[in-house]
Amino acid sequence: MSLEVFNIMGISLRVSLCATALATLVSVPSGFILAVSSFRGKRALVTTINTLMALPTVVVGLLVYILLSRSGPLGSFGILYTPTAIIVGQFILALPIITAITYAAVSSVDERVRKTAESLGASPFQASWMVLKEGRVGIIAAIIAGFGRVIAEVGSAIMVGGNIRGYTRTMTTAITLETSKGNFYLGLTLGVILLVAALSINMIVAHFLGRKT
Amino acid sequence: MIQCFRRRWLPLVLSLAIFAFLQKPVTADSSSTRIRMATTTSTDNSGLLEYLLPHFEEQSGFIVDVIAVGTGKALKLAERGDVDIILVHAPAAEKTFVDAGWGVNRRAVMVNDFLIVGPPADPAGLKNATSLTDALKRLKQNQGTFVSRGDDSGTHKKELELWTLADGQPQAPYHLETGQGMEATLRIAHEKQAYTLTDRGTFLAVGAPMDLVPVFESDARLENPYSIIVVNPARHSHVKYLASMRLLAWMTSREGQALIGAFRKEGEILFFPTAVPMKEK
Repeated sequence: MSLEVFNIMGISLRVSLCATALATLVSVPSGFILAVSSFRGKRALVTTINTLMALPTVVVGLLVYILLSRSGPLGSFGILYTPTAIIVGQFILALPIITAITYAAVSSVDERVRKTAESLGASPFQASWMVLKEGRVGIIAAIIAGFGRVIAEVGSAIMVGGNIRGYTRTMTTAITLETSKGNFYLGLTLGVILLVAALSINMIVAHFLGRKT
Repeated sequence: MIQCFRRRWLPLVLSLAIFAFLQKPVTADSSSTRIRMATTTSTDNSGLLEYLLPHFEEQSGFIVDVIAVGTGKALKLAERGDVDIILVHAPAAEKTFVDAGWGVNRRAVMVNDFLIVGPPADPAGLKNATSLTDALKRLKQNQGTFVSRGDDSGTHKKELELWTLADGQPQAPYHLETGQGMEATLRIAHEKQAYTLTDRGTFLAVGAPMDLVPVFESDARLENPYSIIVVNPARHSHVKYLASMRLLAWMTSREGQALIGAFRKEGEILFFPTAVPMKEK
């Protein structure tokens, strides 16, 4: 069992870190651009993104299932019931969270940071970089919140991953299975292990990204 | 010293630990053929497949990915081409599925039976029932609460079939639909001290510590046959037909059948093999 828990933890971490990394690549620039630009309908867009944070995981699971099913539009790729399918679902779940919190973090950076940088001869890119650095703590919080959402979700992972032993069984789907089998203490133990792993990830992130705060 | 450890080494050690986790597990060998089998929670959660499939995987070099869902959903997944093979228990629905051309080579694999379980005090008096019809009528008349799967699973289909014997299922609040698997449904029946229909395999596997006892069993209409069906490659060209047929052949072979017959929980056989007459020379 202990070796199996090790494997399940590995699958969970691989999938969720991958989904968070991909979502970060899209969401942090999006959130940043959203915060520094102004256009018609911006408030509506922000409200939409904030609302999408409440997207139920089972709805995402269902959408991804319909898309990836052999009879669906992306069926020919054959990725339903693989770890990739879980990554797709979790990527969608993490997008609005990381975007919204990045937006909030960058919006709250004092506008004078950019103006000062520009007046000191910084290029627009360099000035943006200064703003990003100022909002660093909030952006890290955004990524950690996104990771927290996906490592803890079970609804989409079980629908598009299928809870296949040794392949797409994640910590949360394993907890669901053990609970249904009546192995409550094993389920609880897995939950504690999941939390410890999340704590480790957060400590690493805090160490490498947040040491100057 | 401690400060130094915390600052420098702990994140490093944690990073290494996480990195170790990220290594591919040995079972996820991408070079092997993976067969996707949708099956019912009863075959998976009883531990049968976990015990059975490694024998096949070792012999064939294939990996069988088991997706445990209700029979209704398993048939649906097969129809959509999302799985290669199914192991299910709903004879009427299976026949419709094969007749519609979605599946081929349906073979009987094993059988067990359903039983009605309920609280040891048996307030609705099912233990005194003279027949299956009588048992169901007593349950209805004496206002015993019945917990239904309500999830289009093989067991749920059986419930609906049985309730026709007593002119329809009980009405709320004496009929609760859980929409969940057999284990969860048994647990709800246990907590609410209500009656439910269960397959013997699941009941033996998870029901032992529960405050539920068999109150009606042993009737020909409570038989629960399992079949294996391969998805029709003419409908879904991507399915792994040859590999799936090998799994079907193995499950119905003398060896596979002997292994199924040897699987026991609490000393009882959970599934009786039916593919080949075992005493034949």
